[in-house]
Amino acid sequence: MKAAPYLLCLPALVLFAGVVIVPLGMTVLLSFHDWGQYKGIEPVFILKNWQEVLGDSYFHEMFARTFRIAFFVTLLAAVFGAPEAYILNRMRSPWRGIFLLVILGPLLISVVARTLGWALLFGGNSGLVNKALMGMGLISAPLPFMFTETGIVIALAHVLMPYMVLAVWASLQRLDPQIENAAVALGAGPFTVLRRIVLPQVMPGILSGAVIVFALAASAFATPAIIGGRRLKVASTLAFDEFLNTLNWPLGAAVAMLLLAALVAIIWGTNRLVERRYAQVFA
Amino acid sequence: MSRNGPIALAYHTLFVAFMLAPILVVCWVAFTPEGFLSFPTDRWSLRWFEAIGRYPEFISAFWRSLWLGAISSAIAVAISVPAALAIARYRFPGREAMTALFMSPLMIPHLVLGIAFLRFFTQIGLGGTFAGLVLSHIVVVLPFALRLTLASAVGLDRSIEHAAVSLGASEGVVLRRITLPLVLPGLVSGWALAFINSFDELTMTVFIAAPGTETLPVRMFLYIQDNIDPLVTSVSACVIAVTVVALVILDRAFGLERMLVGRSASHGR
Repeated sequence: MKAAPYLLCLPALVLFAGVVIVPLGMTVLLSFHDWGQYKGIEPVFILKNWQEVLGDSYFHEMFARTFRIAFFVTLLAAVFGAPEAYILNRMRSPWRGIFLLVILGPLLISVVARTLGWALLFGGNSGLVNKALMGMGLISAPLPFMFTETGIVIALAHVLMPYMVLAVWASLQRLDPQIENAAVALGAGPFTVLRRIVLPQVMPGILSGAVIVFALAASAFATPAIIGGRRLKVASTLAFDEFLNTLNWPLGAAVAMLLLAALVAIIWGTNRLVERRYAQVFA
Repeated sequence: MSRNGPIALAYHTLFVAFMLAPILVVCWVAFTPEGFLSFPTDRWSLRWFEAIGRYPEFISAFWRSLWLGAISSAIAVAISVPAALAIARYRFPGREAMTALFMSPLMIPHLVLGIAFLRFFTQIGLGGTFAGLVLSHIVVVLPFALRLTLASAVGLDRSIEHAAVSLGASEGVVLRRITLPLVLPGLVSGWALAFINSFDELTMTVFIAAPGTETLPVRMFLYIQDNIDPLVTSVSACVIAVTVVALVILDRAFGLERMLVGRSASHGR
């Protein structure tokens, strides 16, 4: 029966052809349509939206902000998440499972609720973060976190941290503890073991976690919308505005498509790099 | 394996505090007796939990989210099971491409999906309807359902099925009495993971939900955009409580790590 697998996949195929491929194609077309305040969407083929998105300095600044935030979120997640995954992996049996649940669990808790928590921690001069920092004598005046890029970066790093821990954790599971023991037996100090044995082996995990975190940070919506407020726009909140407030759908579609194209290019490029650089690890 | 030193444990404590702080703060503020945002210390009150009852839009959004998650996850699992069996058992041209296609909603930003669905549903007359929400949620949760059903379909011992056939069982009986019960754990955990993801989905849904079809995350988000007051913290505290209970049950039943990593680490590779 040659047809059997195709018949089994048929429902999913029909669904994805009809409800994923067609709408995405329509959105690509939409980004080439014209729009006017009074005439609405005109189904013509023009490059106006793309020229505006690629040429206008307002959009340059907005995209630069989006990718700057995504970069720092990825950096924070890698620098703090990777060591935590390593520590977690060295824990004894009951604690390991409990803390894995505590750290990965937030992944499934509503993003709105988690971001609200950061808004409460940051909020105004009375924000707990500022109180704590001033109490420790680290700062003399409250730092602004709400409506700033710093605030967005910290909150997003928290929201996406579990993905990094998960990716590094998965690569640590493949690590043979005997290699570490061998290094120790040959006289390597704990720092040398980390740098020369563990780090090179978990690097693919850190990189694949970084790709996931970067992609999700660059397209995140709720956190930049709540922490950034109405003024500090990133690509997703700008597209949201164009679609639901200004109603300039073609322009919003162009913004979203450019974001998608940039992300695909970055993910593809990184994957190529990882595969070439770490071919021996995957082989 | 060597143990963690004191520095590692101190780092770990700070890390866990960082991960839990915003979640605990929301629950803390929810118990304030004041009419404004504050951190209660000596006086606690449930007034803001009682206040939820006076906002029917939160209650109806909660039930809508619950139904939406249940229905779309059930349909996603129903579609995933045959596809998972095909991918696990047959080598056929286009197999890799199809798997990539079915997993693609994990890769495509939900922002892009939201825009695409808004355009698509408006064109075909499903704009702002519950049916549109169900269709879109099936698509975004299908990868989770497929990944877990696929994992259990791959791990299935075919010799049990062969034994049943040699004992005279028909194809339908084998499917009903052998195959489906064997993939049931993957099916149930796939449904649960799909449900949680549907229940929390905001970025895509915020584009396609209309005033009559807002889900709970959308309602909460729009409320926060206008003002942050203790009411939204008590709603969030309820959502967090429900999710934590579900999490612990799922972890006990299937192992959270296995669900999220997609393969069982305890069984090796």
